[in-house]
Amino acid sequence: MQVSITINDEQVSRDVEPRQLLVHFIRDTPGLTGTHWGCDTSNCGACVVLMDGKPVKSCTTLAVMCEGHEIRTVESLEVDGRLDPVQMGFHERHALQCGFCTPGMLMTARALLDENPDPTEHEIRTAISGAICRCTGYKNIVSAIRWAAEYEAAKQEV
Amino acid sequence: MATVENLPSADTERPIGFGRLKRKEDARFIRGKGTYLDDIRLPGMVYGALLRSPYAHARIVSIDTSRALAHPNVAAVVTAKDLETLGLAWMPTISYDTQAVLAGDKVRFQGQEVAFVIATDEYSANDALELIDVEYEPLPAIVNARKALDADAPLIRDDKIGQRDNLASPTWEAGDEAATDRAFAEADTVVVRDIIYPRCHPAPLETCGMIADFNPQTGQLDIWNGNQAPHAHRTVYAHVAGLAEHMIRIRCSDIGGGFGNKVPVYPGYVCAIAGSIVAGVPVKWVENRSENLMSTGFARDYIMHGEICSKDGKITGLRADVIADHGAFDSTAQPTKFPAGFFHIVCGSYDLEGAHVKVKAVYTNKAPGGVAYRCSFRITEAVYLVERMVDALALEMEVDPIELRMSSFIAPEQFPYVTTTGWTYDSGNYAETMRVAMDIAGYEDLRREQAEKRARGELMGIGVCFFTEGVGAGPRKHMDILGLAMNDGADLRVHPSGKAVVSISAQTQGQGHETTFAQIVAEELGIPPEDVEVRHGDTDRSPYGLGTYGSRSTPVSGAAVAVVSRKVRDKARLIAATMLEARPEDLAWEKGRWYVKGDPDKGALIEDIAIRAYSGEPMPAGMEGGLDAQVIYDPPNLTYPYGAYIAVVDIDPDTAQVTIRRFIAVDDCGVRINPMIVDGQIHGGLAEGVGIALMEVITFDEEGNCLNSSFMDYLIPTALECPDFELGATVTPCPHHPLGAKGVGESPNVGSPPAIVNAVIDALHQTHGVDHIDMPCTPARVWAAMQGRPEPPQ
Amino acid sequence: MQTPAPFEYERATSVEGAIASLQRLGPEARIIAGGHSLLPMMKLRLANPEHLIDINDLTELAFIREQDGEIRIGALTRHVDLLKSELLAEQFPLFRDAEQVIADPVVRNRGTIGGSLCQADAAEDLSAVCSAVKARAVIRGAEGERVVEMENFHLGPYMTAVGDGEMLTEVRLPLRAGAGSAHEKVERRAGDWAIAAASAALWIDGGTISDAGVALSAVGLTTIHLSRAEELLRGQAPSEELFAQAGAIASEDCSPGADGRGPIDYKRHLAGVLTTRALRRAATRALHQEA
Repeated sequence: MQVSITINDEQVSRDVEPRQLLVHFIRDTPGLTGTHWGCDTSNCGACVVLMDGKPVKSCTTLAVMCEGHEIRTVESLEVDGRLDPVQMGFHERHALQCGFCTPGMLMTARALLDENPDPTEHEIRTAISGAICRCTGYKNIVSAIRWAAEYEAAKQEV
Repeated sequence: MATVENLPSADTERPIGFGRLKRKEDARFIRGKGTYLDDIRLPGMVYGALLRSPYAHARIVSIDTSRALAHPNVAAVVTAKDLETLGLAWMPTISYDTQAVLAGDKVRFQGQEVAFVIATDEYSANDALELIDVEYEPLPAIVNARKALDADAPLIRDDKIGQRDNLASPTWEAGDEAATDRAFAEADTVVVRDIIYPRCHPAPLETCGMIADFNPQTGQLDIWNGNQAPHAHRTVYAHVAGLAEHMIRIRCSDIGGGFGNKVPVYPGYVCAIAGSIVAGVPVKWVENRSENLMSTGFARDYIMHGEICSKDGKITGLRADVIADHGAFDSTAQPTKFPAGFFHIVCGSYDLEGAHVKVKAVYTNKAPGGVAYRCSFRITEAVYLVERMVDALALEMEVDPIELRMSSFIAPEQFPYVTTTGWTYDSGNYAETMRVAMDIAGYEDLRREQAEKRARGELMGIGVCFFTEGVGAGPRKHMDILGLAMNDGADLRVHPSGKAVVSISAQTQGQGHETTFAQIVAEELGIPPEDVEVRHGDTDRSPYGLGTYGSRSTPVSGAAVAVVSRKVRDKARLIAATMLEARPEDLAWEKGRWYVKGDPDKGALIEDIAIRAYSGEPMPAGMEGGLDAQVIYDPPNLTYPYGAYIAVVDIDPDTAQVTIRRFIAVDDCGVRINPMIVDGQIHGGLAEGVGIALMEVITFDEEGNCLNSSFMDYLIPTALECPDFELGATVTPCPHHPLGAKGVGESPNVGSPPAIVNAVIDALHQTHGVDHIDMPCTPARVWAAMQGRPEPPQ
Repeated sequence: MQTPAPFEYERATSVEGAIASLQRLGPEARIIAGGHSLLPMMKLRLANPEHLIDINDLTELAFIREQDGEIRIGALTRHVDLLKSELLAEQFPLFRDAEQVIADPVVRNRGTIGGSLCQADAAEDLSAVCSAVKARAVIRGAEGERVVEMENFHLGPYMTAVGDGEMLTEVRLPLRAGAGSAHEKVERRAGDWAIAAASAALWIDGGTISDAGVALSAVGLTTIHLSRAEELLRGQAPSEELFAQAGAIASEDCSPGADGRGPIDYKRHLAGVLTTRALRRAATRALHQEA
């Protein structure tokens, strides 16, 4: 069936089977392989994207369910060559190693800071508890999200 | 030395050489522009999927592929019969065994590969699997390694001529049995424990996969694959597929984690290659998570019997007797003469009088593997055993576990130290590192707090681990894998612009090689890291070497890069001498430039030397143009990083839940090229240790059904289970490594599980009489231990 | 990745329309809301419905409001909204206790109370929560609405009172004075199913427990409604001893199975411990003693 989904502010229309998962719909779109998958049971969070601003697991969502909704992927974070503060924070604080969980973590972080600009360490750990990282042990991810929060707060004050 | 906390760098702080340098490779990953295997699409590409056995042990009576072939989107269905005609039904393993690519006569573990479907898309390939009808005749399964050698145990490897039992590898011994017997005879305290290191799994976030593209016109086989040793794989494929090695090109995609899971050659790879050879189009095979957990290289599964003794307050002897469960095929990956890997480093960090180990391996009806998950070739198992035994001994002797270790450590003046099992540890100051850890932890305060809490009925435990491990395999004279020397190459080419390309044999899966290896060139030559391109992962564009695992990148490839940089620097000196009209011996080096001793203003920058090397100006007599060099580095020895870890746990007395409140890790990995990356590696390994100690395990029921084949049941720690790790460092340079560096990637996995388990027992010993518990320390298992009912081993 | 078998899909534009489709398509049609129970099963091919009826556009089913002496929760209300609701936190704090430990924050953005209750996994926290607070389920079919007490809603593993051609639309929680409630759960790791969980609600009037609701998750084929414990508690003054007795009943009256999460004796033990803890906290909240 024909489905039309807004991804990163652009209409993407395609004829797909109802059973096609959102993660595959996204990854089949040219230039959008930044959203990953790592499990079969909705546990790992590598597939997290934003749907109407909220993090969702795109492996557990059908593409057809997303018509009429706004999807944002990691590719939307950088705007006109300017990195999003969460991307800057991950780079500053060495919050990625193999990079595979990173897009899901970045989108989760972006949504967290949009809702809670000054999260505590516990709030950050809770927010990312739906995503698994095998490389970093999470310490630097927490630190990176705090860095981004402080960066954004400082920019507000200016 | 206080806690090392890497402070954010200033925008302008970019060390030329060692130091906290932000990573070059981040640029693509933070934008979602990494190229992982499943991101690659080629024109005309088709998709493979594997049908796997539901039984742990069964005869295959028949395979009917007709319904699958009738599916409109299915191009082919491959079975063992088809592979036999290509000579590919079986493949060699790293341990000189054979493994079925597709099962023909029998299936020997649940999840074993039975048929390979090729279809136009992934969804159709998955659908087609349900259309293949296989008739099985189930057989009794062996799941318990202790029973594998029973007289009535079913024979698993009846495919092997002359195999009459389930022995995979006969007893291998190391150490001095006589000296060990003497130590035990003279000891005043002896402690015995049966200790299991359960089966677990590296489970990198990206599963395994391959794209194989055979061009029938040219005979070229192009492979895209995330694997940790591309050159070794290429050699294997040349051998197995009967293709010329130089006609095979492997390009490693960005790898979403390896941890040893991406070392072996898997049946899916061979099927993809066979499929492409037959079909003449690219074939992509990517496994799902279930397949990854059920069939790819697991880790550990060592059933260990340990004995330890002491005299006059000092540890004097250690014995270990091990049954290793290798699964249905022996595909363990370790150097040839070491069937138990480096397990015999179980002598630990102590000045023992004798140690003796025996290890035998058995086949069981489970997935093949055993050497993986940052194990340093079984050093995780060895350190777990010795550090658990040391704690058990401390309990028996009623002494503080740190005190017992301090009085037994190898002393600094004893290095280089030849252990009783044949290792030559290169350098160490163990007591200092232990003290730094105690300092960061506030050890005395912790013990006080523990006493106060105990009086109130609260359960708090403090656990220690001190480890010495050996990494950086290894010297040609001592070791090889499949007959290939464990040497790595490095090619360095400085261009006329003064910028450089260094091609290496190591293969990053997140370790930051694109940054750290550039830093080595920067340190040696003064070319800024952003001007040094690190190439790896393409067998056509990188020198032969054995890849990345066993923490060998820094010790071997890192050394190769240092040596090749120095070769270039030496060549540069001769060119500079010509440029400056001086004699080479009158020149001195400061980073980036040769200058005349006694006339420092008179010098030549490396970039000017580069231009000169390519120009028409005169070169030194007999020297060719260009500024490059090649090296194959043969390490003279392993390197021996070590560390002191302290875990603090709290246990809920009613629910038995274990919380890791604090974890202190002080590592000595010699000189640290990039402390930020070193610390990151340690954080990650500690988190894996938390998982192994508390929740990660692969178990089977009596029929051999795998009970942990998804991330719902193979539990990996989230940010909520991991504490805020506290790191420290001491630096004892490796005397034989050109940079004094040792390697560190696996140390955190080596050291953390014993520290955590020791802490759990420390919490429960006085109040509940617990003196042993096996991992994982789930709430149910801890509760059972508290009731005085340790769970029987599986 | 594992992928579902093919199916037909339609989007419901009204509750009546969804029900009409269910009737027309028969038992091979399933409703999908958040999809985080159904889609994982479909990917593993443990569930293979031929038709999916997507009800996510039926926003009229997403609400939490006070009405006619009840708190009414629409079936399409997402877990995240149950977690954030101040109304619920004030009247029935056990919802917030449970939601903090149901799945993970990302799943909670999509999963719904209707989906959780109708999935009817024995380990579902919200099933015990709703049982403890004496919730009533509103089920709508072609013939109209009927209301089912929570204790009659869960019939067995993955079986509820919702019949073919029917749909859960609302959950109603009666409001009475003097209420306090709590939910306690032990799991192997954040986001995991419960090894055991206990929900407790107490209504305390003049120092005496006038009514009690106690239910357990994950220690039986379905939600365990501890009626024997409730009988013990009614009419008594809250005390540690009383709660310990209730805990003992919980241990006896549950019927856990052994699995990867734990053996039977540990689960029985947990059922007791968590019942006692939940009752203690419920009482403290009922007496407004919790900070």
